[in-house]
Amino acid sequence: MREERSERSEMSENGDGDEGKDVRWSPDPGGTAPPKCRAAAGSPGGAAVPPPPFSDQVLENVLENVLCFLTSRSDRNAASLVCKSWYRAEAQTRLELFIGNCYAVSPARAIDRFRRVQSLVLKGKPRFADFNLVPMGWGARLSPWLAAMAPAYPWLERICLKRIAVTDEDLSLLACSFHSFRDLSLICCDGFTTIGLAAVAGNCRHLRSLDLIENDVEDDEDEVVDWVSSFPPGKTCLESLIFDFVGCAVNFDALLALVARSPFLRRLRVNEHISSDRLYQLMTRAPQLTHLGTGAFSSSVEVGDFEESLESAFLSSKSLICLSGFRDLAPEYLHTIYPVCTNLTSLNFSYAQITAEQLKPVITRCHNLQTFWVLDSLGDEGLHMVAATCKKLRELRVFPVDATEDSEGFVSDVGLAAISEGCHELRSILYFCQRMTNAAVVAMSKNCQELLVFRLCIMGRHRPDRLTGEPMDEGFGAIVKNCRKLTRLAVSGLLTDRAFAYIGLYGKLVRTLSVAFAGDGDLSLRYVLEGCPKLQKLEIRDCPFGDAGLLSGINHYYNMRFLWMSSCKLSLSGCKDLARQLPRIVVEVIRDSSEDDNSDAVGKLYMYRSLVGPRNDAPPFVKIL
Amino acid sequence: MSAETAKSSTESDISGLDYEETELKLGLPGSSRIAGSELERKRGFSETVDLKLGGSGGCNLDYLTAESSDTRSSAAVKLPANKAQVVGWPPVRSFRKNALKSCTYVKVAVDGAPYLRKVDLEMYGGYQQLLNALKEMFSCFTIRNSPNNNERRLVDPLNGTEYVPTYEDKDGDWMLVGDVPWKMFVASCKRLRLMKSSEAVNLAPRAAQIG
Repeated sequence: MREERSERSEMSENGDGDEGKDVRWSPDPGGTAPPKCRAAAGSPGGAAVPPPPFSDQVLENVLENVLCFLTSRSDRNAASLVCKSWYRAEAQTRLELFIGNCYAVSPARAIDRFRRVQSLVLKGKPRFADFNLVPMGWGARLSPWLAAMAPAYPWLERICLKRIAVTDEDLSLLACSFHSFRDLSLICCDGFTTIGLAAVAGNCRHLRSLDLIENDVEDDEDEVVDWVSSFPPGKTCLESLIFDFVGCAVNFDALLALVARSPFLRRLRVNEHISSDRLYQLMTRAPQLTHLGTGAFSSSVEVGDFEESLESAFLSSKSLICLSGFRDLAPEYLHTIYPVCTNLTSLNFSYAQITAEQLKPVITRCHNLQTFWVLDSLGDEGLHMVAATCKKLRELRVFPVDATEDSEGFVSDVGLAAISEGCHELRSILYFCQRMTNAAVVAMSKNCQELLVFRLCIMGRHRPDRLTGEPMDEGFGAIVKNCRKLTRLAVSGLLTDRAFAYIGLYGKLVRTLSVAFAGDGDLSLRYVLEGCPKLQKLEIRDCPFGDAGLLSGINHYYNMRFLWMSSCKLSLSGCKDLARQLPRIVVEVIRDSSEDDNSDAVGKLYMYRSLVGPRNDAPPFVKIL
Repeated sequence: MSAETAKSSTESDISGLDYEETELKLGLPGSSRIAGSELERKRGFSETVDLKLGGSGGCNLDYLTAESSDTRSSAAVKLPANKAQVVGWPPVRSFRKNALKSCTYVKVAVDGAPYLRKVDLEMYGGYQQLLNALKEMFSCFTIRNSPNNNERRLVDPLNGTEYVPTYEDKDGDWMLVGDVPWKMFVASCKRLRLMKSSEAVNLAPRAAQIG
């Protein structure tokens, strides 16, 4: 189960791990739960014998022992609603606290209810922040949470943060406050530097995992700290060290020594500054690795026959199941990975501009591949190869080499159709392209009935079916209709209200919906808000949806985590009206600097349910209605 | 509006850089003045340096072309002409874009912020777009033009602090952004720093005489 957890947290770009699955980490069986603070019946230690407890008390104690085994978040939420006794028992036994929106609840409230938390998952900024739609300084800071948790949860072991602003001071405080701290996972966070990393490395004596995934860690070149050297000497407990996007080079000798004294290390993902001639040295000291991020996978070193060494390193890595990196791929070294291909369940080539020709000898060996991330440089031809070999494929992501609207785009409907024909086990797909047809999307809807996540990004805005010239309505309609398990959908291309009618009609399990440059008017939004009962996260940009559409969701917004609407047709008065009608929703209007203060048009709307009302840390460009 | 833009963009292909510069004032109020002043400055260099803004600023022309293709599909929305329509689309995270490109990415530091951002200088056709992007990136600066010369400053409206965009060139010297022709700047810029203007006093612009 540990593998599962790390798979999800590593390949997490835009993927919310909680889709359909609530557990982020498996609980330790037998528990490392701290001893109970409340005296149970018959406990030694009191001179006077306490009066026999009410049967309620006994029941609650028993209940706690049972509820310990409940791990799923939704199960726990359900249990807590049964009655007050169950509520209390559940609160005492919840070990993992998941907070999907850091502004939905205050740290104080969370801590007050859940007293024994060992791991925290906290998410901050809306996802569109990844695409520069949220100005810097918007919020989602770790500091207030940390300040509250440090005294309240001294036995906290795990923290996982996504899109949170983390400072070096935060990391230092974290490192010093939690003495059994084990796992730190930072995903798409920013605000910290190698100073903070050094604090964590140096002070967390039981550190098991340090996973830095897709963060912006860019130090001023003059001020880089050698954080790898900050790990204490002697054997470490390290199981996972992921720093593939930490911008600055690390002290290689220190890293080598660290790996050599970390016998439990299973996951190592290094950054682009590690070239192949250094990579093999790391690998030979850690033949037990299951997950490897290969860094540059090239070398500027001319001398030395390290190619053989690299080959033999892969030959000895019998446990490797996940490969990534290849940040500056020299194709002539690709053959060294052949020995591990059969065992690979996960392969990430999405930073290597690899052609179908180059990919062929690799992919044809990867019979067990379940997760494949790649650049569109492989073309439709490459996708055919994937479809032919990877029958167990569950997740495919095809990213564009050239992420601009008028790029050529090397994959099309042909590749998508091929994948659908070959990979019937597909659960999740993210596909960037320039040319698509309804037919291919319909084919996928019929061939891949297990789809949970369908995200198609036709990069040119408003592009219709390339063969028929029609809108892409029928394709997306087929997806929601035929893929009965679908929980996440992202649409693109030319779309009319009809597409949204389909989504509202058939998308009964859809939780996350992303819409851009689509729809004819308010009706589209209404279809979705009225038709999708499970909708939690709705993010919309550049669509002709106005106040009427916004207001049509009034009965639904309390069931949702958030709504994002930018560059639509909303007005301030409309949003104010909504805010008035829904007191438990925080309605934020984010103003672009270029906008006229007096204008009634709303550039960006971000609204979310909250137990604590408007936040007090909003920057000046955020107006809370 | 889109039809008009489409027409102008084809004209600009023929006529050269001037039209493109003025066309690229996508909806910023009062921006025509700014674009105009940039135009004047560029003319000063046009004899010495061939500024093919249309070609090199690939992205910007692409955005114009994309606009023109929108006129085909009448179901297309009349998009509000603000920057949001080009920012963040296609939705690929900047770290991923960073990872694929190499040389033209430069780090941007702001005095007072402890961490850096990266920008791809090739994405911009000129100084104005670069400043706009920096403005977007670092909360809500506004751009203020100095009346006397070509300098541009970014102002944090919260406290009125002025920042001057500066850069380190290949020789390790810190210069004011806007001194040299755009292409020369792209080729020589190693990193950017938004310096508080109080600290930037000793950076004399090379071409201060050109007005």
